[in-house]
Amino acid sequence: MAEFIDLVLLGMLAITALRVIFLKDLFAVVMLFGIYSFLSALIFVNLDAVDVAFTEASVGAGISTVLMLGTLALTGRKEKTSNHPALLPLLVVGVTGAALIYGSLDMPPFGDPNNPAHQHVAPRYIEDSPQEIGLPNMVTSVLASYRAFDTLGETAVVFAAAIGVLSLLGLPKRDRQAIESGLKSHLVLRVVAKLIIPLTILFALYVQFHGDYGPGGGFQAGVIAAAAIILYALVLGLPMATHVVQPALLKTLAALGVLIYAGTGVANFFLGGNFLDYNMLASDPVAGQHIGIILIELGVGITVFAAMLSIFYAFAGQAERTNIQ
Amino acid sequence: MILETLSTLFLVLGAFFSFTGVIGLFKFPDFFTRVHAASVTDSIATILIIFGLILRTDFGLVAVKLLFILIFMLLTSPTASHALAKSARHGGLLTLAETRAPKKEDND
Repeated sequence: MAEFIDLVLLGMLAITALRVIFLKDLFAVVMLFGIYSFLSALIFVNLDAVDVAFTEASVGAGISTVLMLGTLALTGRKEKTSNHPALLPLLVVGVTGAALIYGSLDMPPFGDPNNPAHQHVAPRYIEDSPQEIGLPNMVTSVLASYRAFDTLGETAVVFAAAIGVLSLLGLPKRDRQAIESGLKSHLVLRVVAKLIIPLTILFALYVQFHGDYGPGGGFQAGVIAAAAIILYALVLGLPMATHVVQPALLKTLAALGVLIYAGTGVANFFLGGNFLDYNMLASDPVAGQHIGIILIELGVGITVFAAMLSIFYAFAGQAERTNIQ
Repeated sequence: MILETLSTLFLVLGAFFSFTGVIGLFKFPDFFTRVHAASVTDSIATILIIFGLILRTDFGLVAVKLLFILIFMLLTSPTASHALAKSARHGGLLTLAETRAPKKEDND
């Protein structure tokens, strides 16, 4: 049954991908990308990878769609038609695809417990993490403790992406004159948004601090919190949102998150342990691990929130400027 | 046993209403009727399916979470349909009746 569901979902994924290739209307393409992400999230759920599915749904389908729509507001929604024949690209794609399929012939069988991926470090994580770290959600133990260095890299990538976008587009200025220019007429949207936004932020906090016990963690929580403020900006206008969460504050927060993460590692370093090994943060190694994981998840959440929101601000501010001109 | 039968009934009804919504989405003639079909699906089918699922839990934390999802869906999906229809209207889209009717002279 699970395999049948997998096959149906993969088929829908392929259909969506083909539609994305052939559609010229970029707005519809962005929507299809959202559907594509949701389908992948469903596949991940079916594979029992709920943490990955959660990330895919919140980051892939949620925030990426908003950011791509922000880009479309700047570039226009029609794809340029090209007249020259695309033989060389077709050849390159064909050869690469054939090589990939040839490579997949050597892959170990799907779902076999004797696969190298399940024999390398996975048994150690599964057997020792209850004693060493003691978190019910093993994914968080692996992500935040065993492979904390990878996660530090990911956080730095998010931070770098925000820096890149901001250095290209720049953040909108806080403008006291423009605060009245919200969409005052959309009564239903305003009422519902005011109801939803606090709940969304509450949910983000739950996801942030419940990540040790269930699916969730800094990445998802940061994105959900950013989505709440983005909803605020969409309903009440960008000037209002920049008044509430100021762009200058976001710059500080984005750097602060990475600082908390790396600082937790360095603190343990000075207490006599290894970098990003949290055993020394408390007298008991397991308690130290818990403190360390909560701290670095907080750092991840803050950075992701600030980076996503400042990227949205940059796009939306640019679009508003082009509208005025 | 009774709970399971009830839950199956709810789930099948929910699936039926989703199906009618999909048919409406494809068969209805213009944008507004299609939004109507989609939003009816959103509200009634979600209520039925989530109730069906709640009956299958042991009424603990999972049921409460499902209830939260239900409340969230009931708040957001009609709002989304409303926003969709309103922005279409704002963009100047006419209903089928309006496009078919002979154009009135400026009376507004």
